[in-house]
Amino acid sequence: MSTMTLQNVGVEIDGHPIVDDVSFDVPAGTWLSLIGPNGAGKSTLLKACSGSLPHTGDITIDGRDHGRIKRKERARLVAHMPQRAMVPDLMPVFDFVCLGRTPHLKYLGTESTRDLVVVRDLLERLDLVDLAARHLGSLSGGELQRAVLAQALAQQAPILILDEPTAALDVGHQWTVLELVDKMRTECGLTVIAALHDLGLVGQFSDLVVLLDHGRAIASGTPAAVLTHERLTSLYHAPLHVDVDDNGRVSIYPRRPNPTTNQGSHHD
Amino acid sequence: MTQRHQRLTTTNVACGVGAVILALICGVSFGPAGLRWPGVVSNLLAHVHVPGIRSTLTARQNTILWQIRIPRVVLAGLVGSVLSLAGGAYQGVFRNSLADPYLLGIAAGAGLGATTVIVYGEHWGSTSTLVPLAAFGGALVAVVIAYSVASLADARRLNSGTLLLSGIATASFLTAIQTFVQQTRADTLRRVYGWILGRLNSVGWHDVLVILPYCMVAIVVILLHGRLLDVLAVGDDHAEHLGVNAARVRLIVVAAASLGTAAAVAVSGLIGFVGLVVPHIIRLLVGSSYRVLLPLCLFGGAAFLILSDLAARTAVSPGELPIGVVTAFVGAPFFAFILRTTRRTS
Repeated sequence: MSTMTLQNVGVEIDGHPIVDDVSFDVPAGTWLSLIGPNGAGKSTLLKACSGSLPHTGDITIDGRDHGRIKRKERARLVAHMPQRAMVPDLMPVFDFVCLGRTPHLKYLGTESTRDLVVVRDLLERLDLVDLAARHLGSLSGGELQRAVLAQALAQQAPILILDEPTAALDVGHQWTVLELVDKMRTECGLTVIAALHDLGLVGQFSDLVVLLDHGRAIASGTPAAVLTHERLTSLYHAPLHVDVDDNGRVSIYPRRPNPTTNQGSHHD
Repeated sequence: MTQRHQRLTTTNVACGVGAVILALICGVSFGPAGLRWPGVVSNLLAHVHVPGIRSTLTARQNTILWQIRIPRVVLAGLVGSVLSLAGGAYQGVFRNSLADPYLLGIAAGAGLGATTVIVYGEHWGSTSTLVPLAAFGGALVAVVIAYSVASLADARRLNSGTLLLSGIATASFLTAIQTFVQQTRADTLRRVYGWILGRLNSVGWHDVLVILPYCMVAIVVILLHGRLLDVLAVGDDHAEHLGVNAARVRLIVVAAASLGTAAAVAVSGLIGFVGLVVPHIIRLLVGSSYRVLLPLCLFGGAAFLILSDLAARTAVSPGELPIGVVTAFVGAPFFAFILRTTRRTS
């Protein structure tokens, strides 16, 4: 189990500040969701967290300066599922997922039997067994998304960074994939940092939420504290309905005002 | 359903070895020197001490076979292997299917080195010794220039796009100088073009032994990096997320591929098409995993160039075609056939 802490983190790209003075803690075993409108800086912040973008301020993993951890060790601590992965069309799914074992191999090493067991287990969990021999170029968007997630999970890193992991998935697979991640979080103590656009999923799966706007964290805390009707409506300029149940889980859905019918009977 | 990653199968290797053996037998059995293939086969079998077999070749024919034809066939196999492997490696590190071993200016650098010696070097010593040396040096200098220019332009983290552009610029610059040098002496133009079009008319084992160490280093290093080239296929950023220093892997593989290519070019001139097309043909047949592709490039490249050389020296016998002409003439239609067949199947 690992903790990640951000202290006054800023990221500039071509001289433009994209992320500015962001601080938060992600305790071990917690699911933290980053939300915010398009261009808020979510993906950029996640790239800084995974070490692929230079930043100001401090990012620490279990108290260790993230920048001083060697590349390979960092890959064993942090797995990153990018928003748009570059995929070689002719590579079979099985081979692609196997690449996730790279941080556990020597420089010129190759997968051991144990590595292959890990990969097969993930293919089964993510409903990819029948696609194992298929080329990546022949997959649908949702199938590809699951393959990319499987590769990130194959790293078996205690911190998992997900950048829009459900963007191309249908509702059923969205639910399956996030339930799997949540199950691994509870079983293995995985710490999850996810950028999500679907606020309904954020309300159901997150322990903590950080709301970004123009690169700054404008609210953070539990879903019930952050995901308020007033805040979301003013930030997203959309008619969002917010329900909080007794367990603190938040349901959010858009509800279009319609003066001719009873608004309360319309559920999306 | 496949529950294992793509790997080199016994069938793959058997096909590759079979193709090379077949090409070797054809290569040494046929040619313009009047050696008949039964005599060649009996000589080869007698050399490996097959009981009851005696060579039917004369002493002169035996010398032609072992001092001219076999070294030439072996050289063709070695050069073909290295060019094909280097092409596959370049396509991997640049994630560009149009990459070939001459991408970073090796051809232009080697061409400039060789042309300079052919045009101005008649008083410097034996040009037959100096041309390979100058070509080898020119090739390596070109790669160093391309890499240095790219590193200056992309100081933070050298990416493949910058390196590719730098290679193109370096090649254009060196080709311009080479063209200028060759135009200064009209009487050497034929020799310059003869070298540029590629040739394998070496004498004895000297050339094979000279380039063998460089080729072996290149082959071993590239083959060991097969899996890392698969990692590079997902992009530099993603490779970094997987704990791989993409820039370092690229430098090592490019250095090895360039060393092997420079050595091959030094003795064979500029033989085109092998490094571009053989990896493609293998990829279409067995998929894109570099762990499978690269070893098969060795076999495919060797067989392809041995047979091309056979065609070059027999098609217009007793004359000889430049081997670069043959590789393009034979390779392009064959590639088109493979492309059509596999695309239809898939």
